[in-house]
Amino acid sequence: MSEESGSDFLVFDRVTKRFGALTAVNDVSLSVKKGEFFSLLGPSGCGKTTLLRMLGGFERPDSGRIYLEGRDITDLPPNQRRVHTVFQNYALFPTMTIWDNIAFSLKLAKKPKGEIDEMVDSILEMIQMSDQAWKYPSQLSGGQKQRVAIARALVDRPQVLLLDEPLAALDLKLRQHMLLELDTIHDQVGITFIYVTHDQGEAMSLSDRIAVINRGRVEQLDGPAKIYEAPQSRFVASFIGDTNFLTGEIVSIDGDYCRIEVEGFPCVSAFNDKNLQVGQRVDLSVRPEKIRVTLNPPLPEKGAGINVFPSKVKDIVYQGVYTKYWLKSGNLQISALKPHSRFLLDQEPITWNDDVFVWWHPDDGYMVEEGAET
Amino acid sequence: MRSFRDKLHEWGLTLPSFLWLMCFFVIPTVIVVSIAFHSASPGGGIAAGFTLETWRGISNPNYPVIVWRTIWISAVTTAACVVLSLPCAYAIARMSVKWRAVVAGLIMLPFWTSFIVRVFAWRTLLNPEGFIQQLLISIGLAAENTTLNYNSGAILVVSIYSFLPFAIMPIYTAAEKFDFSLLEAARDLGARSFYAFCRIFMPGIKRGIVSAVLMVFIPAIGSYVIPDLVGGTDSELIGNKIYQRTFPDRNLPHASALATVTGISVLLPLACVAWWLKRQDEREAKRLAEATARKLSGGAA
Repeated sequence: MSEESGSDFLVFDRVTKRFGALTAVNDVSLSVKKGEFFSLLGPSGCGKTTLLRMLGGFERPDSGRIYLEGRDITDLPPNQRRVHTVFQNYALFPTMTIWDNIAFSLKLAKKPKGEIDEMVDSILEMIQMSDQAWKYPSQLSGGQKQRVAIARALVDRPQVLLLDEPLAALDLKLRQHMLLELDTIHDQVGITFIYVTHDQGEAMSLSDRIAVINRGRVEQLDGPAKIYEAPQSRFVASFIGDTNFLTGEIVSIDGDYCRIEVEGFPCVSAFNDKNLQVGQRVDLSVRPEKIRVTLNPPLPEKGAGINVFPSKVKDIVYQGVYTKYWLKSGNLQISALKPHSRFLLDQEPITWNDDVFVWWHPDDGYMVEEGAET
Repeated sequence: MRSFRDKLHEWGLTLPSFLWLMCFFVIPTVIVVSIAFHSASPGGGIAAGFTLETWRGISNPNYPVIVWRTIWISAVTTAACVVLSLPCAYAIARMSVKWRAVVAGLIMLPFWTSFIVRVFAWRTLLNPEGFIQQLLISIGLAAENTTLNYNSGAILVVSIYSFLPFAIMPIYTAAEKFDFSLLEAARDLGARSFYAFCRIFMPGIKRGIVSAVLMVFIPAIGSYVIPDLVGGTDSELIGNKIYQRTFPDRNLPHASALATVTGISVLLPLACVAWWLKRQDEREAKRLAEATARKLSGGAA
């Protein structure tokens, strides 16, 4: 994990939480920078929500400490930490108007009436709901409830805002809209956001950094591009986006590149950024969009050392933006994406059972040591 | 426009409950009230002919005291039952589904024993030789010559005991449907647990509380077994008086008049409360509408 300067705003220090026999969070250490949009990404039951609940004060870790701006907040009750949560089901108070919902934390803080009015009005303006202030939550749409929940949690400017799968209950179109809105809000308020999700698309498009969580552990903590392009484990590579895995053993090393012997497949070359040695077993991850599919082999000037393999087209799925090909090369199933534009189109269209060539540049594959998956 | 068929359908569905209410509620009430306008026959029946004699008869100076005592004992019983039920129902609703069934069963368990037997048991418990009094004396909370039985206090204790399940059940039913993540949200926004309980949980289960109040207050007003068994001569309730006039005295018109007075003295305050609540709601709605209008005109300006 990278320890950068200014990253000690929010710190999990070797935190473990068990529920009976299940270890939900296993010895997790991570630190978040001030003002960062930080995502906890992982499949359901991976422990990301437990991490969030410990931060909110709803669960207490069995061991380890949590620090916020240098202060140990591990044992503080929820009402004594300036950390607010946007709950998955919004948890708006049904017996109160939108205005009263948003003013709730301000009234508790015993702020003067004029100040409360001002703060609530300005945040209502920010979420563009000034004319809805006197409605009750049951009279709002899903997207509106979502915006009120965010406003209620942000109005007294907490140190950290926690978002627990906030978009899960919305339909696709609204979700995309709210993604943009969340991004804007984060830029406007400059508060640290911790965002829990199982949706890699949401995490990728919003986050400054992402912690990929699996079975209670942090598998990788990096920026979105790095997580996608340079996955640290087989789990990360397969959880974030689609990928093809080629499993084999390194047989030779040639400068920056190495050759891998893959079972049922010809030798493949890959960029050896990790300085792996001959004889080591690796998983090579090649993203579908990095693989080209053509009827003819690539011209030699495309570059030497390119990986080119004859394949057979098994299935074609047209998806509008691109077409997805399922190919068989040796014993292996390979998937490839081809974006649509006249510029990229081949002379002849590719159809089922065509004999084609798949090829990719050695730099486009990424090696993960076998066994890196825990 | 609704067709004749629709109306017929609606009437068909309403008719059974309408008839049931007519036969077993409206008609008996009318009979009771009308008996009060006859005089008693020497044989214990009802004499023919309309008279207001009975109404003059019930202007007994003791009755207002008894009616007042009935109302305050019922009100305190109701308040105590609701206050005790709230934490109880909250705790049950937060238990696992398995334990909820067990505890709800335990609360209903006393109903398997006769009500009168249970009240008798209290008489034994509150006896000067009983362990409650001995305990109170030993820790210095009561003098040797205190009597726990046969007074308004005893009626109150036994009433609260008897009616508590009727308060717990509706409140628990409402609490079971309550979204407890709202309490977490309140805590998250800075509320102490007790504040969250009062401001979020209690308004959320308002309907349950209202039914609990009715479920306890109405039978408490009419109770006569409890004051009869554990109350003294100076702590009679209106239920005892109605019983005395009906059975030992065989003065049905007098009993009917008393029952009518009791009914009105309960319905009147309830109607006032209902009217007040409705007016509150209307005021709130008006306030919100005005605030919205102001907002909109302010936004346009």
